[in-house]
Amino acid sequence: MSQTDNTPPTSDERVKDMSGFRKALLRPELGSICGVILVFIFFFLTARDSGMFSPAGVMNWSIVSAQFIIIAVGACLLMIAGEFDLSVGSMIGFSGMSIALLSVSFGWPVWLAIIVTFVLCVAIGAFNGWLVIKTGLPSFIVTLAFLFILRGLTIFAAIATTRKTIIGGVREVAEGDWIAAIFGGKILTGLFQWMGDHGWIETFVRGTREGQPVVEGIPMLMVWALVLVIFGHLLLTKTKFGNWIFASGGDAQAARYVGVPVNRVKIMMFMFTAFCACVLASAQVMEFGSAGADRGLLKEFEAIISVVIGGALLTGGYGSVIGAALGAIVFGVVQQGLFFAGVESSLFRVFLGVILLLAVILNTYIRRMITGEK
Amino acid sequence: MVKPLIEMQNVKTMIEMKGIEKHFGSVIALSGVSLDLMAGECHCLLGDNGAGKSTFIKTMSGVHKPSAGEIFFEGKPMSFARPRDAIVAGIATVYQDLAMIPLMSVTRNFFMGNEPTRKIAGISFFDHAYANDVTMKEMKKMGINLRSPDQAVGTLSGGERQTVAIARAVHFGAKVLILDEPTSALGVRQTANVLATVDRVRNQGIGVVFITHNVRHAMAVGDRFTVLDRGKTLGTAKRGEITPEELQNMMAGGQKLATLESSLGGTV
Ligand SMILES: Nc1ncnc2c1ncn2[C@@H]1O[C@H](COP(=O)(O)OP(=O)(O)OP(=O)(O)O)[C@@H](O)[C@H]1O
Ligand SMILES: [Mg+2]
Repeated sequence: MSQTDNTPPTSDERVKDMSGFRKALLRPELGSICGVILVFIFFFLTARDSGMFSPAGVMNWSIVSAQFIIIAVGACLLMIAGEFDLSVGSMIGFSGMSIALLSVSFGWPVWLAIIVTFVLCVAIGAFNGWLVIKTGLPSFIVTLAFLFILRGLTIFAAIATTRKTIIGGVREVAEGDWIAAIFGGKILTGLFQWMGDHGWIETFVRGTREGQPVVEGIPMLMVWALVLVIFGHLLLTKTKFGNWIFASGGDAQAARYVGVPVNRVKIMMFMFTAFCACVLASAQVMEFGSAGADRGLLKEFEAIISVVIGGALLTGGYGSVIGAALGAIVFGVVQQGLFFAGVESSLFRVFLGVILLLAVILNTYIRRMITGEK
Repeated sequence: MVKPLIEMQNVKTMIEMKGIEKHFGSVIALSGVSLDLMAGECHCLLGDNGAGKSTFIKTMSGVHKPSAGEIFFEGKPMSFARPRDAIVAGIATVYQDLAMIPLMSVTRNFFMGNEPTRKIAGISFFDHAYANDVTMKEMKKMGINLRSPDQAVGTLSGGERQTVAIARAVHFGAKVLILDEPTSALGVRQTANVLATVDRVRNQGIGVVFITHNVRHAMAVGDRFTVLDRGKTLGTAKRGEITPEELQNMMAGGQKLATLESSLGGTV
């Protein structure tokens, strides 16, 4: 070209300068950040005196949010890679049952039952992914089939071996097992006891647990949620593999042209989703001390809703793990908050529907601003 | 600016394609197409819609396995199982559909499949700082000032996207650059930019296969011209041996165009 001066223009006069503030705001997570703020303001105004913001109350909605977060991280990465997994809920029931059957009914050590279950679930996830790739069918259909297959197998296995659909006694056999403690234990119990002793947090005043804090510590479930969010976020935004996840979901063909191993990426994301489901199932089994054949019902939708509130595009190629985690928090806080506020539980669905709609509208608007999509 | 081919006699052949056939079930997309490409040459591939141009270059870039025929790359027989193999060998392609992902940033697109990494505590991370830096520099070299390397490709114009794709191929050390209709959707100025880019790339010693419908664009940068028609080669001509009119006629099957041209007053 005809660049005559040797200082080329550093800015295009047709591009309006965007203020740093506005640029910082314009992120995929913006919708869910607004959602979280809105929800907290709402409950602070309506349910402040209900104990929702006492240590026990905070722990209550935090645990529920953490449950949503764990499956939302898997669903989020999978959705960005361009696929869905509708079998997440059934997978939760299946893996919980597998742990209980192997440890309680078959008498295996709990650590072995958990490891075998993880291997089995991740293998099923891989098979799901392989089927989607090989058949070229939408993952929606393939994993819908697995929603039924896994749920049916879970109920069948429970009834065929024990004539029951709920298997208890896991807590007893898990006593002293260190892998079980990774899922069912609590951390910082010393700190919480110390805070209780100083009267900073509530303690029991009567009964066998007198003097112990109401909130004993941070459950491992929440640690898992945090670890998975950090892992997922770093993987997606800070690694080569993360770029492949975006590319596989954004345009699989274009990604293949430049040598991205799209099939491998997608199958690995199915495996990761199954892994997350298994983490939640293990934590639940350890917490309740039992497995039920109907555990995890509808969890796949709750995961997908969290991810969508978090700003991900349903068709793939765009989204954020942090956003999905915030979406899960919105979900968890609304579900538990309405209970604290004493609102009819059917209204939970109305509220959730409204939030979902608002978040998606806002997200679509933001996404168009960022990506220039029509 | 364009060196006549006679002077380039001692230049080595990059790719030689011999009797390439490609069948899709009962559809015969290519029935024996041959072509060779020298280093530093721009070889234009012309032909009407559905002539098989895209299919042909896809056999060159490892997307399709030819049903019959041989490919020699730098003198050695080659058979690419995957696009990745061709890219590693040094054959880069900018497809008609661009292989750019509009939702992703320019940097992420630029380094897609070739992400630079940096080890922090033994874990290898995508080196965003380096990638952003290179992207800005390469785009500036091509005459495009990006607002920011985080800008989504979806916010770029057609010509800018084309330039990103070409810059990407050149940056990753392509020896052969295949461009499938890079100018078809562009306006006058952006076309001129892309043609200038092709010229610059060729002068670096890279062999360019340039697909176009537009004889004027071909004439502007081409050293040789090969015309495809219904999966066959109609012939290859060197620059200076053929007039634009002859080329135009060859592309559209002679007779038909003569009548068309008179009715359009010679504007095609
Ligand atoms: N994957 C495929 N399966 C079946 N037929 C195909 C496939 N790809 C190409 N074809 C057929 O091969 C023929 C050549 O197509 P190709 O895309 O190579 O044409 P082209 O010369 O690039 O045309 P254009 O100028 O429109 O891009 C067409 O008839 C097309 O329908
Ligand atoms: Mg084509």
